[in-house]
Amino acid sequence: MKVSDTRVCVLVIEGTNCEEESYLCFKRLGARPEKVHLKQLTGTDVTSDERRSLSDYQLLVLPGGFSAGDYVRAGAIFAARLRSRLSKDLTEFVREGKPILGICNGFQILVETGLLPAMSGTMSDVPEAVLGTNDSARFECRPTLLKNVNNGNCVFTSRIPIGKISHIPSAHAEGKLMFPVDRAKGIVKELEENDQIVFKYVDSDGRLAGYPWCPNGSTDNIAGVCNRDGNVFGMMPHPERVFFRFTHPDWTRSPDGAGDGRAVFESVLAYISKKM
Amino acid sequence: MAVAEVRVTLKKGVADPEGRNTLKALELLGFEGIREVRSVKVFEVEMGGRKTEVMKRVEEMCTKLLANPVIHNYSIAIK
Repeated sequence: MKVSDTRVCVLVIEGTNCEEESYLCFKRLGARPEKVHLKQLTGTDVTSDERRSLSDYQLLVLPGGFSAGDYVRAGAIFAARLRSRLSKDLTEFVREGKPILGICNGFQILVETGLLPAMSGTMSDVPEAVLGTNDSARFECRPTLLKNVNNGNCVFTSRIPIGKISHIPSAHAEGKLMFPVDRAKGIVKELEENDQIVFKYVDSDGRLAGYPWCPNGSTDNIAGVCNRDGNVFGMMPHPERVFFRFTHPDWTRSPDGAGDGRAVFESVLAYISKKM
Repeated sequence: MAVAEVRVTLKKGVADPEGRNTLKALELLGFEGIREVRSVKVFEVEMGGRKTEVMKRVEEMCTKLLANPVIHNYSIAIK
């Protein structure tokens, strides 16, 4: 499928706020993105013109923000709405190999929905992980360095060399990835074996480091994970905010050109062109 | 009409940055001898039906939305 035919569904509800940047990333790369309200997919209170079906799209994006005010837990309400009305559509979407991207709040939603880490199967009945309150108990808005540790499973990082450190900003209060305390070590090992860990927070030498390099205290410094098949991917930092080099914090000292986040979007579009 | 009070607490061993920060602030305000402050979330669910039925439904609400089993314990009290 040509990139110009690739339809991207950027899904919004009340409180999402990064849909414009996410939409523009795909627009600028020549794809056909569309901002779609959840009601358009469920068919609630919409005209027939506005009605959309998830199966019409090749890529689903859950953008960042504070969906439904982050009530109950970050992403929990959006996840509950997805599970109640679109469970089957989502499962089919993933099983067909179509990619889903969750950024920041989108990652929280994917975890609450059970689509990530999805250690066994496509969507778990109950969440297998959680993105909990940062160790600092504060909203952390800061540049972060992410090392690509994925060995090729994730379809969103194929254009990023293994070991490369990308400069991608974080902005969240609940980004600490946690697993059940008594089984955390085993789960991390299994994620490694399945090649499901994608990005880790590192210092400027590429070493795993504590705060503020890791803004939240995440297990094993994990910043992003994918499912077993590599087509569902969630990350806390915001690649859509560094599409261009001039939005990097050190832009005055860098040459013009692509920002570090751009490769995430290029990678997934390349995957769709090749596979669909 | 029954009111179910759902208490969502953090499991043992899960960090509680909100509780820890509250403790620090209380100490700065001059309160001494505090051993620990734990943050807890409470929901009140008002609904009709027999107590046993309400209990069952609210239990389901906890597993489906109100608590995340990875870090939360919950308890339900019917009032």
